[in-house]
Amino acid sequence: MTPLLSLGASVAVAAAEGASEAGHAAAGPSTLRLAVVAALVVVGTFFLCVGTIGLLRFPDVYNRMHATSKATTLGAASMFLAGFVRFGPFGAGLTSLVGIVFLFVTAPTGAHLISRAARKLDVELYREEE
Amino acid sequence: MNAPEIYHLVLVACGAIAALCALACTYRVVVGPTVPDRAVALDTISTCVVALVVVHALEADRSFFVLVAVMLAIVGFVTTVVAAKYLTEGAIIE
Repeated sequence: MTPLLSLGASVAVAAAEGASEAGHAAAGPSTLRLAVVAALVVVGTFFLCVGTIGLLRFPDVYNRMHATSKATTLGAASMFLAGFVRFGPFGAGLTSLVGIVFLFVTAPTGAHLISRAARKLDVELYREEE
Repeated sequence: MNAPEIYHLVLVACGAIAALCALACTYRVVVGPTVPDRAVALDTISTCVVALVVVHALEADRSFFVLVAVMLAIVGFVTTVVAAKYLTEGAIIE
């Protein structure tokens, strides 16, 4: 939820910054913009940590994939969003948006392929012992 | 401390945590009981490295590294697909 909410905020901030920086050039990024970038990076780091803990703690290939493919994608997308806020709507910021789209397309595809491979290799589903 | 110093500190700390996440994934690569476990862990490592490169681009203020991150994401995806295909069919190119 948070990255989606912050997408609207970051677009608004980027638009406001672009308008204000046209007036006085080469003043460097404003404090508000730096704060938004830092917050997005912190959110991304949190999601990366969640994905890694899931990869280490869950008992089964399918459980581990469930943890990593979603949480890590969100984390990296949040980092890319921070790049978009920092580098503006053109140039490298546009590349960041392309990176987000690419991650959201490829991560489920890769997870699906690996889970199909695991199924073909007869990896058992985890069952709790009674 | 003024705002740019705090910003820099937060970015360096987040980069260090992302690097530690990538390092922790190597445990699953080495130990992981099955081969798909290792493939999943390698995929996670590649995503962590992509995030790390973006953090470096922000921290060093070099927008060029965002492009590097996208390229790394592409390479990681191709690696995952090739690994999965090799596991499924035993050959990459018939």
